[in-house]
Amino acid sequence: MDKQKCAIRCSGITKTFGSVVANDGIELDVQYGEILALLGENGSGKTTLMNMISGIYHPDKGQIYVSGQPVSISSPIDAQNLGIGMIHQHFKLVEVFTAMENIVLGTPGKLPGKKALKQQVTQLCENYGLDIDPEKPVYEMSVSEKQTVEILKVLYRGAKILILDEPTAVLTPQETEKLFAILRQMKAKGCAIIIITHKLNEVLSISDRVTILRKGKSVGSVETAGVDAAKLTELMVGHAVSLSIERPEPKDVHTILKVVNLTVAKPDGSKGLDDVSFQIRSGEILGVAGIAGSGQKELCETIAGLLPAQEGAILYKKENILGKSPEQIIDLGISMSFVPEDRLGMGLVASMGMPDNMLLKSYRKGKGPFVDRAPAKELSKKLVEKLGIVTSSIEAPVRLMSGGNVQKVLLGREIESCPNLLITAYPVRGLDINSSYVIYDLLNQQKQKGVAVMFIGEDLDVLLELCDRILVLCHGKITGVVDAKTVTKEQIGLMMTGEMTEEEKKKEADEA
Amino acid sequence: MDLFIKFLVAAIGAGTPLLFGTVGEILNEKVGHLNLGVEGMMAIGACAGFMGGYLSDNFMVALLCAFLAGMLAALIYAVLTVTFMANQNVAGLTMTIFGVGISNFIGVYMIEKAESGTLKLPAQVTQQMRSIQIPGLSDLPVVGPLLFSYNPFVYLGILVAALTGFYLYRTKTGLNVQAIGENPGAADAASIPVTKWKYFNILLGGGICGIGGAYCGMIINGGVWISNSVNGLGWIAVALVIFAAWKPHMAILGSFVFGALRVLKYYKVGFMVGMPDAFFDMLPFLITALVLIVTSMRGNKGAHIPAFLGNNYFREER
Repeated sequence: MDKQKCAIRCSGITKTFGSVVANDGIELDVQYGEILALLGENGSGKTTLMNMISGIYHPDKGQIYVSGQPVSISSPIDAQNLGIGMIHQHFKLVEVFTAMENIVLGTPGKLPGKKALKQQVTQLCENYGLDIDPEKPVYEMSVSEKQTVEILKVLYRGAKILILDEPTAVLTPQETEKLFAILRQMKAKGCAIIIITHKLNEVLSISDRVTILRKGKSVGSVETAGVDAAKLTELMVGHAVSLSIERPEPKDVHTILKVVNLTVAKPDGSKGLDDVSFQIRSGEILGVAGIAGSGQKELCETIAGLLPAQEGAILYKKENILGKSPEQIIDLGISMSFVPEDRLGMGLVASMGMPDNMLLKSYRKGKGPFVDRAPAKELSKKLVEKLGIVTSSIEAPVRLMSGGNVQKVLLGREIESCPNLLITAYPVRGLDINSSYVIYDLLNQQKQKGVAVMFIGEDLDVLLELCDRILVLCHGKITGVVDAKTVTKEQIGLMMTGEMTEEEKKKEADEA
Repeated sequence: MDLFIKFLVAAIGAGTPLLFGTVGEILNEKVGHLNLGVEGMMAIGACAGFMGGYLSDNFMVALLCAFLAGMLAALIYAVLTVTFMANQNVAGLTMTIFGVGISNFIGVYMIEKAESGTLKLPAQVTQQMRSIQIPGLSDLPVVGPLLFSYNPFVYLGILVAALTGFYLYRTKTGLNVQAIGENPGAADAASIPVTKWKYFNILLGGGICGIGGAYCGMIINGGVWISNSVNGLGWIAVALVIFAAWKPHMAILGSFVFGALRVLKYYKVGFMVGMPDAFFDMLPFLITALVLIVTSMRGNKGAHIPAFLGNNYFREER
């Protein structure tokens, strides 16, 4: 191997947290002018490994080589001096600072004047084809803009080795394309790039080589050109996995929930939902597609009784549930599992163990002032067994679990309450293939039991395969409710950006 | 008019210890540490300043003692909260109880040792900390008393506040320091030495609080040692940080307003005359409560509360 070209080589890297071995003798290398994808299931040790390269953690054993030289990276300062920059899964930005303040943060030397700094940032943007307003504060930025700032931060420090931890998890398909164009440009300029992602189609489209981790061990590297999605999954999971999602025929279909002319305001006064009408039927999965922030959150929260509506009605078995408290709505058998961008934000209490989180939903049913934890413990054990949740003990705080396991806990609890209507938003957000399929199976089981399922998702391929009907939202309006078996991805894409189906257009015209 | 100018002059004097306390606490909170030990650090500063001046006959030595003692007290807090990640509220409250206690304890010990039964600063020191008279300027009508009639603490306080503002808002270090209070994870990833700057700010803030304490110990009681000279000013300083929206120059205004409230009882006019002094003693604390209510209603957008305030940072935490 040419030493000049080798950007990073890891040899026998081992890291343990308490009794958990996160990384076990990992081998990895990446060249300058190459994009390496790092693939592995949740909890396989990808982020831990990258954190060691960027100086956040320190390896217990093993040696890291940068540009052929053995190095010890004991802090982010060391990493920066070696030309390594990391873009974390959770952005490391100061919300109240502007883009350029964030970019210049922590760099050595004197603070350049505002004008000079702006000039430098603009120049950097031009060089790499990026686009950002240097004086915009971060709290006003979209997710994609924040990511641009993160990339600029790394470039400003002159990094030649770039690590991206799940950069596309929160991006729309268009934003992802833009990001990839930037990465290709950086590669052309001789940067070495390591990218972590769960989306196999992205791995295939952006990377030159793939290194696969399984349970903390590296199972090998392959040239991207010579593999396909099925092969990658097999390497990652350890055995062949069918990549098609089942879609049992809906049976015993009748309307459970009818939403009529619903209009809901966002906290800032703008319309979150604008005159929305649709139905959810038992025994089917209704998918909801739309660019992030098109009203999905408002829809969930209004049905769950958390947000008041301005106009319209929500009829559950012919009874209007608007104005009822969340508690009453839960008692009616409507259950929601919402997985927000930060995964833990809604639904579970991060520092409590599984049984206590189970109790959150059931303590009211207990008799007397005391809490009986025994059934909650039973339920926790049952879920661990049934869903294959990996945790050191059921009493361990849920924040210590990996993302996939947290989501299984949340969804498992909701399903155990035997709902008639199950609303689930982004249940596979950030999950690896295997865990995602477990969740799809769970949803299908519910559907076959006659539960009406509303599935708010991001991945159009999944929506098309799993759902029976798909409702598309754009700026709080419904641009179409279509049959998932006949519609194409491109049609949904267009509807997401505001193009209406003929049917919807007619409806609009009728009303006007 | 004459009375009003006298009132303003008294207000600025009374606000000065608050100014030191507030600026010191701002430095703490900017790195994300809610230090409730201001009262204690000021008490320790009061004792160290007074005893320093008493034993050395030198005002500058007194100031230095107060500054160093404040820093030493802050060091205890910093070791507890930064290095050992102890709960900040508990550590701060402990610091207050400890500081007030040891200050009074040393005071009693020194009084017992003194032959006269009281402790009084030597004439040389009182001379040095008297109001500075600038020939010509101090004699001007209105402007003279209003601008050029104060003891050295007042000018030092304004200078410290201005320099702190410059440090936080005009230097790169200041930018880095603010990032620590907003998001230490981001600061760490941007290769800012988080622990180092936390110690720096907490210690510097403690030293400044100590000087504020020296004002209480040396000036308020006219150079005679009396226990509990800080008497709650440290708590008002903690609240003033919010009133000042974490900005040192706003702290100048805020502390003088509160200084005015504290001396109002000596300058009662009109309807106020019949009201009891106790009401005016209570007033600053009542206004503090009101300020806290108003600022919390105003929401987060305008006031720049450091987002990570009150939380300890541990890099490897998941």
